[in-house]
Order: sequence, then structure tokens, then C-alpha cells
Amino acid sequence: MAAKLIDLQHITKKYGENVILDDFSLYIRENEFVTLLGPSGCGKTTTLRIIGGFETPDIGNVMFQNRDITNLPPNKRELNTVFQKYALFPHMNIEENIAFGLRIKNKSNEYIKDKIRYALKLVNLEGFGDRMPDSLSGGQQQRIAIARAIVNEPKVLLLDEPLGALDLKLRQDMQYELIRLKNELGITFIYVTHDQEEALTMSDTIVVMNQGYIQQIGSPTDIYNEPQNAFVADFIGDSNIISGIMVHDKLVEILGAKFDCVDTGFGENKPVDVVIRPEDIDLVDPGNGTIDGIVTDVIFKGVHYEMCVMARNYEWIVHSTDCFPVDTRVGIHVDPFDIQIMNKPESEDEKAVEIVE
Amino acid sequence: MRKPWKSLSKKTRALAAPYFVWSVGFIIIPLIIIFFYGFADANGHFTLSNVASIFSHVNLKALIISMLLSFLSTFVCLLIAYPLAYILAEFGHGKSSLFAFIFILPMWMNSLLRTIAWQNLLEKTGLINTILSFFHLPTMMIINTPWAIVLGMVYDFLPFMILPIYNTLSRLEIDYANAARDLGANGWQTFWKITWPLSLPGVISGITMVFVPSLTTFVISDILGGGKILLIGNIIEQLFTQDNDWNAGAGLSIVLMIFIVISMIITDKYDKEDATKK
Repeated sequence: MAAKLIDLQHITKKYGENVILDDFSLYIRENEFVTLLGPSGCGKTTTLRIIGGFETPDIGNVMFQNRDITNLPPNKRELNTVFQKYALFPHMNIEENIAFGLRIKNKSNEYIKDKIRYALKLVNLEGFGDRMPDSLSGGQQQRIAIARAIVNEPKVLLLDEPLGALDLKLRQDMQYELIRLKNELGITFIYVTHDQEEALTMSDTIVVMNQGYIQQIGSPTDIYNEPQNAFVADFIGDSNIISGIMVHDKLVEILGAKFDCVDTGFGENKPVDVVIRPEDIDLVDPGNGTIDGIVTDVIFKGVHYEMCVMARNYEWIVHSTDCFPVDTRVGIHVDPFDIQIMNKPESEDEKAVEIVE
Repeated sequence: MRKPWKSLSKKTRALAAPYFVWSVGFIIIPLIIIFFYGFADANGHFTLSNVASIFSHVNLKALIISMLLSFLSTFVCLLIAYPLAYILAEFGHGKSSLFAFIFILPMWMNSLLRTIAWQNLLEKTGLINTILSFFHLPTMMIINTPWAIVLGMVYDFLPFMILPIYNTLSRLEIDYANAARDLGANGWQTFWKITWPLSLPGVISGITMVFVPSLTTFVISDILGGGKILLIGNIIEQLFTQDNDWNAGAGLSIVLMIFIVISMIITDKYDKEDATKK
């Protein structure tokens, strides 16, 4: 594993009475694509601004390559930011925008010319040098903002919801573009978003945050398949989160029915939360599953059908490429390794919340 | 050529009618009358002598002094207003409107009253000198000098400089400055390369709003100059009210208008060049 590049140590940040980050610790390795993911107000942008130097933590330290940079102004830090609304300087053309950081550092004209050419090529916008920012589309402005940041050869690129203002198709294209850029440049990307799909697509590591606390850190597959609490399960994708009782190792009771699972070590007869992803539920003929239910709602989603199945007074969300019409009696079957057991939340922050975006 | 009036729909034309009537009745016709008087002699015959009278010794001197004092007061206003507007805008977005309000408040008071107040303050036996002499300090003799006029202009027109600059600065995205900082610029570089050029539109309208009334004022020079210093505004006023020479007055007004238009073009051009160069 690569060395620690950035180390946030016990950071607390308040705005008045409002605690944004509470004893927050996180380290980021070299060459990682890290995504801070969470709903509005979870502290992800504040974390990014603290790393960028636009905010100072009330308590705690920001270490960069083992050097304390907590009080270093942004212009002295070896990292660059891509802002949410791009923030291209409207009175300068594209070349001047890209050259801004290099001119401040008094680089030679030759060097700057080379760098501009290289950067425009990297973001596929050759020949745009003379244009003014407001004559470019949102996606193009976004690429220029990235070009302007990377010509300075930062060790870390900070991206604050950079795709938020783009339409869906463009956003997906830019996701691949960003992965390509990251691999080509070989630098660390710290990415802030509330879009779970974006996070799952691009990241090496996802940090799920809520109300100033880290809920879970892991690879996209870890986060999706093994959510550690109801908040993570609920925030990342759709899920059925049901109260259950862990009868003993590898057997859990949900809604009065016993399901085989693969989890161990929760003790005997212990209340737990059970997460079952909608696409992991198999609908079978009535009687052939663990429990039976009735389809109450069907929505066609393009790739799959989303169905609601009422079984034992719980409305299960099921995703399937096969359609079962409303009022069909079905059996519900779940493979043991598709059942994810979690401890009941110990604090308010870990509870599943309504996501309003 | 397109005919703008004809290209409009009936409804739009009906809505535009009052403004059309207004601009003909209160802008175009008065301008024609002024030009008529300006280029005619007492008998109504065409002449350039009214306009040319600007080259007479007294008038030329008045115009030059007016220009100098207006430049100076505009400059002083900018010097005071920019930092103030910057602080007001910086003071936290939204919270600062009360502070801005306090600085704008004097604008709503009658300007004649404010000018007379300064006369009382600055007089030989006025409030300031009374206080100074009470403490056995040397008294000030600036009443009836050009400095008193500049002071009056600055005091009267300062809000007109603050307001447009404050508006531009407070609407400026904070992210522009943040981006500059992020790219390595220190506070000073950020200001000169980003904030200042982006605030120029506000500065330009501030300059216009201060320079034009300064150049044409006659009240301030009357009250604070003691009638000793004639500005071009005073000359025009005298021609109309005392000498009853409408032709000469209109002629000089035209000259003054030309000077204002020229200085606005220069300022505007400088603004555009500056914006594209940097």
C-alpha cells in the first residue's frame, strides 16, 4: 500500500452552535481516488475546504506528507481544487485561465505554452485557447477547470461536486473521463458528491459520511454489499432494511420466518438489522420460497421492473427482469450470502434517514 | 435597415407608446430646442459664436477649473469608496445591508442642506475653527477655496460611487477569489488580477455618476466657493438667470455635453481594453 499523503487528525469544525465535523479523522493514500459521499450537510464539502485551506478547523490538524499544514493558506498548498461552479475567470480567455497558476509561479513563456497545449489535449479541447469561458458549454468549462488545476502538477486534486451541474449523459461521459485522467496523471483525487452512483463508478475508496461522522470506509463493492449500518445501506442504492433476530450463527429470523445466512459472531437471540438488496430477492412460485406475498405495485424502470411485494405486513422492494403483474401470489427466496446482518444502531447518526436532495 | 418600431407587435407598441411619447416630449424636443438656441443669435440667425464663446478667457478658465476639480473629486471619491465598498461587501454576504444603508442614508437628505451645513462648519468663525481655536490650534482657511468645493463634491456624491461598486463586489462569486488563491496567488495578486478587473463595471458607473454631476454643479461652488470661483456650471447659470442670454447659455451647455460624452467614451474604452488585456 502507498504511503499516507493526507492525514486529517481529530478535526472538529463548528459554525456557531452548528457542529459540522466532530472529532473527524481520515487518511488518504497516494494515488487513490477517494470519494466523500453523503447527503447535504454531512460535512463532506467542509472536509474538502479544510483540505484545500479555505476553512480552518477549530480543533485538530491537517497533515500533508507528515507536515502540519493546518494554518497554511491555500496558495501555499501543493493541491488544487476544481470548484462546483467551475469558477473560470470570466475576464480571461481559456489560455489565460490555464496559465494563471503558472504565471503566478513565474514560469517561462515556453514552459507555459507547452503546458497549455498538453492540458488542452488531455481534456480533449485543443483549439479552444482563444475562446472566452462564457462561450463554452458547461461540460467544456468543467474540463477547462480541470485543465487549469492540473497544469500546476498538484499532488492532489480536490473536486467539489464537479459534475453536479451537468446533464445525465454528459455526467456519465465525464465520469469515464475523470477515471482516465486519474490513471494518466497518477495523482490523488479527492472527490465530493451526494450521488451514490457516481461514487460507486469512479472511486477506489468511498467514505460515507453523515452528520459530521464517518459511517463507513471501503471499496465500492464493500460499501454496496456489506453496509455496516442502516444509514449506509439506505443511502447506497435501494434496500430492504428489516428488524430481525439473530437466532444463532448463520440463522436469522425475519418477520417470523427463519432465513439461512452466512454471518456469524452476533451472539444468540440478538436483535439486528437485516439488509436485503432488491435485486437479490428471487420471486418464485408460492410455497417454494421462504415466505409468500402478493405483488401490489409494478414500475418499469428500463433495465428492470421494480415491484412491491406485501408479505407478512412488510412491503418488500424487489428488482427483477421478469415481470409479475399486480395481485400475483409469489414466494420470496433469498440466497444466504445475499443477506447482510448489521448491529442495531447505537446512535441517532447511524439511523437510516430520509434523503432529501 | 430594420425599422424597430414596425418590427414590434401591436401589443408591444401599445405598451411602448407612453415611453415613446415621453422620450419625444422630454428628451428629443428639449434637445432640439437647446441646439436651436445654441446655434442661433438673438435674431434667430445661424451662428457658431455661442459655442465658440467657450474659448473666451473667463469661460475657458471656468471649464478647465471645473474639469480639474471634477477629476480630483472623482478620484478622491474612488479612493474612499472602493475600500469601503470592499469592506461592506466582505462583511458577510447579506448581513451588510444595514451598514450599506447607513452610508447611503445621507443621499436622501436635501443636497442643498448638506452643502450649507458644510459652509457653517468651514466658515472662518464656523464650528470647526471654533473648536480648533478653543484648543489653541491653528485655524483652517479652506472656505471659499477650490478645496472646499472638492470637499463638498466628495461629500455630496460619495454615495453614488459607493453604491455601484458595492453592488458589483457583493455579487462577485467568492469562488473566483478562492480559485485564484488555490492556484497560488497571494491576497494582493488575487485582488489585482481577479477582484479589481471584475469590479471595473461598478467602478466605471461610479465614476460616471460622480464625474458628471461634479462637472455641472453650480450650487456647491456657489455656497462653498463664496462666488469667487466660477465653474462652468456657474457661468451657464448666470447666462440664463442674470444675463438672460439663452443663446450663449445653450451654446456652452452643448460644449459641456460634448466634454462629458468624450470623457465617458474614454473611460469606457479604457475599461474594455483593460478587461481584455489582463
